Amino acid sequence: MKIAVCIKQVPNTEARLRVSRDGRWLEEEDLPFIINESDEYALEEGLRIAEKTGGEVVVVSLGPDRVKEALRKALAVGAARAVHLSDPAFAKGDALATGRALAAALKRESFDLVLTGSQSDDVGYGGTGSVIAGHLGWPHVWLVMGVELEEGNRSAKVTREMESGVNEVSRVQLPAVLEIQAGLNHPRYASLKGIMAAKKKEIVTVTPADLGLDASQVGEAGSRLEIVSVAFPASGKGAQIFQGDAKTAAASLVEKLQKEARVL
Amino acid sequence: MASPVWVVLQHREGQISRISWEAVGAAQKLAASLGGKAEAVLLGSGLGTTAAEVAKCDLAAVHVADHDALRTYTPGAFIGALAPAIQTAVPAFVVFPHTYQTVDYMARLAQTAGAGLLPEVTGFEDENGALTWTRPVMGGKLQSKVCVKGEGTVLVSVQSGAFPADGVVRGEAPIQSLEVDLAAVKPDREVLGYEEVGGDTVDLTKAEVIVAVGRGVGGADKMAPVEALAKALGAEIGASRPVIDNGWLPRDRQIGSSGQTVAPKLYIAAGISGAIQHLVGMKGSSVIVAINKDPGAPIFTVADYGIVGDLHEVLPALTEAVLAAKG
Repeated sequence: MKIAVCIKQVPNTEARLRVSRDGRWLEEEDLPFIINESDEYALEEGLRIAEKTGGEVVVVSLGPDRVKEALRKALAVGAARAVHLSDPAFAKGDALATGRALAAALKRESFDLVLTGSQSDDVGYGGTGSVIAGHLGWPHVWLVMGVELEEGNRSAKVTREMESGVNEVSRVQLPAVLEIQAGLNHPRYASLKGIMAAKKKEIVTVTPADLGLDASQVGEAGSRLEIVSVAFPASGKGAQIFQGDAKTAAASLVEKLQKEARVL
Repeated sequence: MASPVWVVLQHREGQISRISWEAVGAAQKLAASLGGKAEAVLLGSGLGTTAAEVAKCDLAAVHVADHDALRTYTPGAFIGALAPAIQTAVPAFVVFPHTYQTVDYMARLAQTAGAGLLPEVTGFEDENGALTWTRPVMGGKLQSKVCVKGEGTVLVSVQSGAFPADGVVRGEAPIQSLEVDLAAVKPDREVLGYEEVGGDTVDLTKAEVIVAVGRGVGGADKMAPVEALAKALGAEIGASRPVIDNGWLPRDRQIGSSGQTVAPKLYIAAGISGAIQHLVGMKGSSVIVAINKDPGAPIFTVADYGIVGDLHEVLPALTEAVLAAKG
């Protein structure tokens, strides 16, 4: 099967975050970027399906130059080649604008399956894969926890996570877009051989014009949403923080739990 | 339908979920701000008593799409019912409860209906007619303020707990039938069934004290200080999602939107950063203690007490202090 996996490069949420000077997003200098967590699982699932069915994975990403690093990582773990939607016009898109651009890139080839992560760890709209499916006219399933190909790879039995510990099991006809939830598998690490091989693999760069799209249809211009500011949340009522070494802090906490909160 | 705001309620076999009532409250507040009354939309089959319950709210109307194809949720049928209605009436906003079912179809509904998409909001402000929305980014570490531009409907989902369910204004609303034509809808998903995940052998909802661990614990072989504190407190052990995904604890220990929702007397979160998916499962706890290395972790915003430090140093000290206090 020919499988496309859409990945996003996002800031590492564990890193120390600073708000940019204009207050609209993060200061990107010295900010470490990684492949979005659920996208890593999507990539692993794509590689496993390609290995089982004898096919290839094409990894697709939208973003600035730094995204090439994420694409190289995907090539190093086994993707065959990469497509990079690289143009300033693509920047700051909402799920609808980004989904429109990615779908146009995917339409240039004929894929049997498209995988994405379920949600990005930065803006977290959680809808890009579904929008892609809408443009392609394919079925989609969001928050996928299991994929089993059936009927000679013409359909898939898909497990979707619901709230409160219940999963929905359904059958979708392929081609489809499956939006993968973290935890579905165990993503592999790149081998040295894989890293060396990735250097020779192709990354094709595409612009809106290559996709037959006007710059006004993608990125910030093609979006209905505009992030006007970001800020660390005011700490609400705020936790009372106990200072000192572990022993001192623990003793103060226990005293409060006994005398103030009365829960011990 | 000439109202500026609609709200689509989610139900399970006719039972309206709490977060759907929160969405009704949000829609009422939004409609009042825009000058008008909200209208509710119910999708399903055999919804008579459910519609009657919703009709006891202060709404301009309750529209009921009653159709066999809507009995079991599939995105194709739900979008097939809602997209034409939205395109005909062009409400300014359609409000949804932010649930996994909503996320499964809302983005595609926006794409199909040519509407905007604004997921997971926690609030809005009206400044001289210009609305600014708040929603979490970076896993809840930051709050963003978002504006909507351009013309046409915007689909909005409201995060659990952001608007109070008891904030719904009571009243009386007429029930109307929403005609849907689903003959042309291509079935996109054949639902085979539903399965319980990993059998909930541990019922954390009954625990009075819970010690919950997150990614910060560092591995399945590093649970000893957690177990020792839980023993000293007579507590159950819970966990956030990464711990479960890594296989460090079984899935029936998971707390959060895809696990159990708990509200114990005392909740101790150790090494949990506080992603929103975890917070919705525990923020109803009476007293919350957070222990985390990162002073900027969102868990501290919902906690009553906190210690900034490595759980592997803090928990043993805490166990000792608890045992000493209990004599």
